[in-house]
Amino acid sequence: MLNGIGDFLSSGSSWMFFIFALLAIGGAIFMISFTKVIHMVISLALTFISLGGLYVILEAEFVAFVQVLIYAGAISILMIFGIMMTKHRQGEEEEPRRPWHEGLAIVGSLALFGVIFYAIQKTKFVATGAFDAGKDNTMEIGKLLYNEHVIPFEIMSVLLTVAFIGAIIIAKREED
Amino acid sequence: MGSIVTPYLTLAAILFCVGLYGALTKKNGVIVLLSIELMLNAVNLNLVAFSKLGDHPALTGQIFSLFNITIAAAEAAVGIAILITIYRNKGTSDVNEMDSMKR
Repeated sequence: MLNGIGDFLSSGSSWMFFIFALLAIGGAIFMISFTKVIHMVISLALTFISLGGLYVILEAEFVAFVQVLIYAGAISILMIFGIMMTKHRQGEEEEPRRPWHEGLAIVGSLALFGVIFYAIQKTKFVATGAFDAGKDNTMEIGKLLYNEHVIPFEIMSVLLTVAFIGAIIIAKREED
Repeated sequence: MGSIVTPYLTLAAILFCVGLYGALTKKNGVIVLLSIELMLNAVNLNLVAFSKLGDHPALTGQIFSLFNITIAAAEAAVGIAILITIYRNKGTSDVNEMDSMKR
């Protein structure tokens, strides 16, 4: 990666990638390091939005808008609802630290990152064909969804309905 | 040996590992769910990146990432519902205190 960094920084989309990647990693790191839960959710919303920007760079406009609508909108608000419905004692955040646990988690995450990074660097990715996004990304995705992938699509909608009804029934207060 | 898809994969790996660390160490159940969402997002970034810059560029990667987003939304809804029920029954949202199957 270090060899091609000059070429990488020479075009505009690479700069946009750099900015969005910085925002995404920054949001994730802030999510880890903040202590108040609301701040964590807001900083992770920043990560979600910048990932949407990355999707625009990758010519996936429909996925980008879905990302902003569902992740930055729905899931963040759902998490904030979850925080509001459960009480959080702010003062007791700094109770017994578990140094072994956290240290092992850091070591494990870094080891996983090392393995993935090594594999990415070792692999030669060849682009055989040019990407054809079509004139209208949303229309192409719609055609694919309703022709080739129509059965997974319908199964997905059934699954979503079942999951939401189940969520409502689980969270419903049992009065009697 | 840098390809143009390499930065995206590296970014996704970083996000995935940060999410993994958060899911393993955080005590609040809502934050654990958020970290899992972050890991799912990293995987989605990989899918979309390969859909444009991979070996056989096609729109199918974006379709698969859309399915992935749907599953993530369902998982978040059910997870929050379970957390609210646990909080109502046991009065805690700390994942360390949800150990009634261990005792």
